Amino acid sequence: MWEYSDKVREHFFNPRNSGPLEEANGIGDVGSIQCGDALRLMLKVEPETEIILDAHFQTFGCGSAIASSSALTEIVKGMTLDQALEVSNQNIADYLDGLPPEKMHCSVMGREALQAAIANYRGEEWSDDHEEGALICKCFAIDAVMIEDVVKANNLNTVEEVTFYTKAGGGCAACHEGIEEILAKVMSERAGPGEVSPPPACPATPEAPKPPTKKLSIVEKIAKIQEVLESVRPMLQRDHGDVELADVQGKKIYVHLKGACSGCMMEAATLGGIQQKMIEALGELVQVLPSSHMPVEA
Amino acid sequence: MEPIYLDNNATTRCDPAVVEAMLPFFTEHFGNASSIHAFGSEVGKALKKARGQIQALLGAEHDSEIIFTSCGTESDSTAILSALKAQPDRNTVITTNVEHPAILTLCEWLEKEGYIVHKLKVDKKGRIDMDEYKSLLHDRVAVVSVMWANNETGTIFPIEEMAALASAKGIMFHTDAVQAVGKIQIDLKNTKIDMLSLSGHKLHAPKGIGVLYLRRGCRFRPLLRGGHQERGRRAGTENSASIVGLGVACELAMQHMAEENTTVKRLRDKLEQGLLSQITHCFPTGDVSNRLPNTSNIAFEYIEGEGILMLLNKVGIAGSSGSACTSGSLEPSHVMRAMGIPYTAAHGTIRFSLSRYNTEAEIDRVIAEVPPIVAQLRKLSPYWSDKGPVANPEAAFAPTYA
Repeated sequence: MWEYSDKVREHFFNPRNSGPLEEANGIGDVGSIQCGDALRLMLKVEPETEIILDAHFQTFGCGSAIASSSALTEIVKGMTLDQALEVSNQNIADYLDGLPPEKMHCSVMGREALQAAIANYRGEEWSDDHEEGALICKCFAIDAVMIEDVVKANNLNTVEEVTFYTKAGGGCAACHEGIEEILAKVMSERAGPGEVSPPPACPATPEAPKPPTKKLSIVEKIAKIQEVLESVRPMLQRDHGDVELADVQGKKIYVHLKGACSGCMMEAATLGGIQQKMIEALGELVQVLPSSHMPVEA
Repeated sequence: MEPIYLDNNATTRCDPAVVEAMLPFFTEHFGNASSIHAFGSEVGKALKKARGQIQALLGAEHDSEIIFTSCGTESDSTAILSALKAQPDRNTVITTNVEHPAILTLCEWLEKEGYIVHKLKVDKKGRIDMDEYKSLLHDRVAVVSVMWANNETGTIFPIEEMAALASAKGIMFHTDAVQAVGKIQIDLKNTKIDMLSLSGHKLHAPKGIGVLYLRRGCRFRPLLRGGHQERGRRAGTENSASIVGLGVACELAMQHMAEENTTVKRLRDKLEQGLLSQITHCFPTGDVSNRLPNTSNIAFEYIEGEGILMLLNKVGIAGSSGSACTSGSLEPSHVMRAMGIPYTAAHGTIRFSLSRYNTEAEIDRVIAEVPPIVAQLRKLSPYWSDKGPVANPEAAFAPTYA
């Protein structure tokens, strides 16, 4: 059985705001293809103020789907529609003191029902823009569709790269076989039949890069470093994190990890990935370290 | 209140007599059966006795046809991989699409390795089409592997007839009988079955012990090579305590075989009738006229199984479900899908599996507890109105799936 928080169990055993809402003027019906769960969210919105006066739900689904629906109605009551649109699936999960990774899609379904109900109230067409696939990485709740998209978009070739871009595989490592299968499939599509060799099972340590023909000036070097950091920022920002250069001291490059990146379990993997890119760009062995490791000035 | 355990197809409690027989093998009889000294020979004798007890339950001709393994899954993998290794000119496996993952996941991997796997389809009651089966038996088939009884619905397949058909074409036949052993009569010496898997913990022996029955003369290639244990067919020091426990469990199973098919069956039928008569829009799945005596799998329409299990658990009743959410996979049970059970019913399937330890009083309590739980969840369901499903449920609630 899943390890549900007490709050999830409490909302499942005593769901708030369940059943039909006669005076509803915004209704969202959505389902999760991932497990067949489905949810009808009903909102009663005051037209002048656009405040949600009441919210009810009906759910065909598991314990966490019912708890997520219950939590969602409690969260949005009293909000304006614009405020409600800011509610993320993470907000729903946090309200319930977290959900198991396999069950995060229940909170995603809640957020989508909310968007659909508001679109319905406003007379708009709601269409869903994200697709869910089989859950691959259980440590970070990353599914197959996400991994495949990122592998295709960034021309990735190794499990390490997939971990750097998506976090998938960065925890217990049990899903590496699944990631390798996705890599093999995309790489064979990319290369055409018969041209592809499987990703290495145990990648060799990269050789020391050849020294550049001309030694970089410190200004050129910093410009290159900034260039690398700019290239990784969009990816970190997608996870609500960010990075900026703190200092360069010889072969040590210190960076500030910001937002969700700071204190993240994946900090070491993130820095390792940035370091690899730095070594390639600069043509010399450098170390990328968090700014907290900077020597204290005398 | 004492909890009620109705999940015996998942695992069973060890019989107290089994535990008692095992305990000395952790203490005074700790020896290695291969050793020459007295510490070892005592254990060797105990293993021989256990082998005989298992031989008797299975009706095997020789006790050397019993190979101890670590679990049912190991027995399944050993059987299929052996058949393929031993017959390199044969590249095809025939199985069904309702097998346990121990077979299906292995077969998916074999397909990636280039083997051909034919999965027999089943009808709405979970029955195999024997004409389809016969048409697939050709000289490229290395092995047929079909479960004796289905773990989810209890549906029994005509294994003896299928084995005879395979044998007539010179094809090896394996059956995963982990659910059937101890519940239905098996007499292997009078069948054409070449290999059979059993698992100790399904019949009141401990977890971590299994058996592969291998008919004498059936060509074999071991999965684990190393020491000479099990006549070199399964290396690794014997799990002596568990083997002794399994021997006792098999002897007890023989003694209780009639009880399974009378007392346990009657309680199962009482439970099923009690629920079907009180709850609308639910139905038993599988071939109800030809199934294990202890299993009832009921689909409660328009609600989802995990919720039912959580509410049952709250009142101390343990069952299992074929819903997607309880498995952590994308889809409801592959067995329910194979039988064409609609999603709104497949998600709400609950399996009650009894054992000889269940009592009449327990069954009465379950019959009383389940209906309000189903009603409570249906009140939350968008497919349900006050007294029954909304008119034309699939049209009335047609969510955007994403």
